[in-house]
Amino acid sequence: MPLLEIENLHASIGDKPILKDINLTINPSEIHAIMGPNGSGKSTLSYVLAGRDGYEVTNGDIRLDGVSVMEMEADERARAGLFLAFQYPVELPGVGGMSFLRGAVNARRIEAGLDEIDHIAFVKTVREAANKLGIKDDMLKRAVNVGFSGGEKKRYEILQMALLEPKMAILDETDSGLDVDALRIVSEGVNALKTDDIGVLVITHYQRLLDYIIPDHVHILADGKIVKSGDKTLALEVEKSGYGEFTNAA
Amino acid sequence: MSATAETVRQVEEATGKYKYGFVTDIEVDKAPKGLSEDTIRMISAKKEEPEWMLEWRLKAYATWLKMDDPDWAMLNYPPIDYQDIHYYSAPKKGDGPKSLDEVDPELLRTYEKLGIPLHEQEMLAGVAVDAVFDSVSVVTTFREKLAEVGVIFCPISEAIKNHPDLVKAYIGSVVPQGDNYFTALNSAVFTDGSFVYIPKGVRCPMELSTYFRINEKDTGQFERTLIIAEEGSYVSYLEGCTAPQRDENQLHAAVVELVTMDDAEIKYSTVQNWYPGDENGKGGIYNFVTKRGACRGARSKISWTQVETGSAITWKYPSCLLQGEGSVGEFYSVAVTNNAQQADTGTKMIHIGANTKSTIISKGISAGRSNNTYRGLVRMMPGAENARNFTQCDSLLVGDQCGAHTVPYITSRNPSAKVEHEATTSRISEDQMFYCLQRGMTTEDAVSLIVNGFCKEVMKELPMEFAVEAQKLIGISLEGSVG
Repeated sequence: MPLLEIENLHASIGDKPILKDINLTINPSEIHAIMGPNGSGKSTLSYVLAGRDGYEVTNGDIRLDGVSVMEMEADERARAGLFLAFQYPVELPGVGGMSFLRGAVNARRIEAGLDEIDHIAFVKTVREAANKLGIKDDMLKRAVNVGFSGGEKKRYEILQMALLEPKMAILDETDSGLDVDALRIVSEGVNALKTDDIGVLVITHYQRLLDYIIPDHVHILADGKIVKSGDKTLALEVEKSGYGEFTNAA
Repeated sequence: MSATAETVRQVEEATGKYKYGFVTDIEVDKAPKGLSEDTIRMISAKKEEPEWMLEWRLKAYATWLKMDDPDWAMLNYPPIDYQDIHYYSAPKKGDGPKSLDEVDPELLRTYEKLGIPLHEQEMLAGVAVDAVFDSVSVVTTFREKLAEVGVIFCPISEAIKNHPDLVKAYIGSVVPQGDNYFTALNSAVFTDGSFVYIPKGVRCPMELSTYFRINEKDTGQFERTLIIAEEGSYVSYLEGCTAPQRDENQLHAAVVELVTMDDAEIKYSTVQNWYPGDENGKGGIYNFVTKRGACRGARSKISWTQVETGSAITWKYPSCLLQGEGSVGEFYSVAVTNNAQQADTGTKMIHIGANTKSTIISKGISAGRSNNTYRGLVRMMPGAENARNFTQCDSLLVGDQCGAHTVPYITSRNPSAKVEHEATTSRISEDQMFYCLQRGMTTEDAVSLIVNGFCKEVMKELPMEFAVEAQKLIGISLEGSVG
């Protein structure tokens, strides 16, 4: 069964249509990349999938694991296994990293009818996962994303992905603001989490991230529509000739 | 209440026992409505007070008659009819619900969320069963342990009889009877409260909690507390509890006085969760409190920490008179208002001695249609050589119909004194909410997490057990305020 199915999806912000008939199917173990110029609707797509308020779905359906998520709130979709790595991770002043991570993990456990996670065991799990991503203990003690560098913020997103073990992960412009070293660490982190069960949707403007996270399928988004799909060579093509021909076509 | 549970544990450890007992019959009586010299004479007689105490009360009454209700606070409430109040009412038995089945389910739901054990729930809800948790036996062992080190901790009515010299020397010495309208009223009609005396050089071996004062029922209306810390002593005092408290008396006017001598320290923590009324504020408690501490000794310290989530009206400014050289005053406050609640709260730091230091951290959270005002005074007197104050005053708005106001008053009459004031106003952003929701947290959990992050600097000042419950309480107080 497909992990994520997007069918005839139309969405607007206010009266302005942004997504115009998106169709996409992602199976377990597949990595899909959506590439597109600024303003093509990439971020809107990630927010609509995650169920953010302020976006109206005017037509179509989104199914996660065969179940429509259209009536589910953002937190319900998250607990159902949808994870979004943010382009701009949000600062939460005063909120300790450990409290935040524990809150997220426990939300799932409570829904699954499990006890809240053991405090000491959790600290250990987090430290191990953080260590792999080159996140220092000191960073875990700080308030969530407050005073983090661009690279630290993105690594922290991947740490959350590791701890929450989503079925479907959407990475929204994860490469933005990263230098080459950070890009490599973050990508390795994502690749390490990739299993046969998980689906990944990488949203990016540039091809360079796809040198590290190799996609099975690449789709070009322009003016709210998927105008072309192909394998990883499509990304290289775009890198060479730009988005010009697609925006004109749209 | 876990702070209490903690104390119970300490007592258990100290004594190896924990008793359940039976509540004995208590005489029923109530003064007729209205305030007059006769009412005061009746209260004094019921308390079997010495003559000097009665005279003290009558003098306060005479002062009160000449005063007016204060109207400068940013609070709106109908005029209070002081002749329509019972000023004395002994605890009655058998009035309360017969079992928890008869208690408001909403209240029980909150108890459950706070994780309050069943027997404590019964006590809090005033269940008139025979075998309720008997605090008296615990109190007795508790007091024995304190007596070993010479600490006096008892109802002030008892102290008036047993330690008259101490009470006489200190009562009204920090908060004069005529300080304001409500202190005059309280001085005339106070029914009970706590008395604490820590002798020279003693570090009080346990946190003192109001919960462990016997005969506590129905003292809430006009409470009077006096704490004296002699040279080099230390005490941490906890007042109130996180469980919602209901009271048939709408008007509350407490007075708290603290005194510290050389190198002594008092840490006074409050969690106030009086009934705030329904969503329109109807039926909620009016809480007009005067709390003040005098740092009389050199290098002495008074630290106020408060978490205010209850009451329809809160009017409260715990203050420090920094008299001793190098004395330190601290005020850490979280005030949460939701629905139609109104809070006008803050502090006064009066720097009198040289090298005195004060810190004010205030966190106001407004939700619903509520109004939350920080009002703070920092005054550097001519003798306050090299005195320093730091004030940080942050407001958080939840929703778009509430109000947050900051009213700082600063006067400095010593050019070497330094005063710093920082203030911010922010809002829980939609981005922050979405970020938390996307990680699977419910709206309520997300609000609670973000707000507790905002209050962190204050919460860490609370005794550990209290802090955990206060965090939950803040979340519960803001339920339904977002989404």
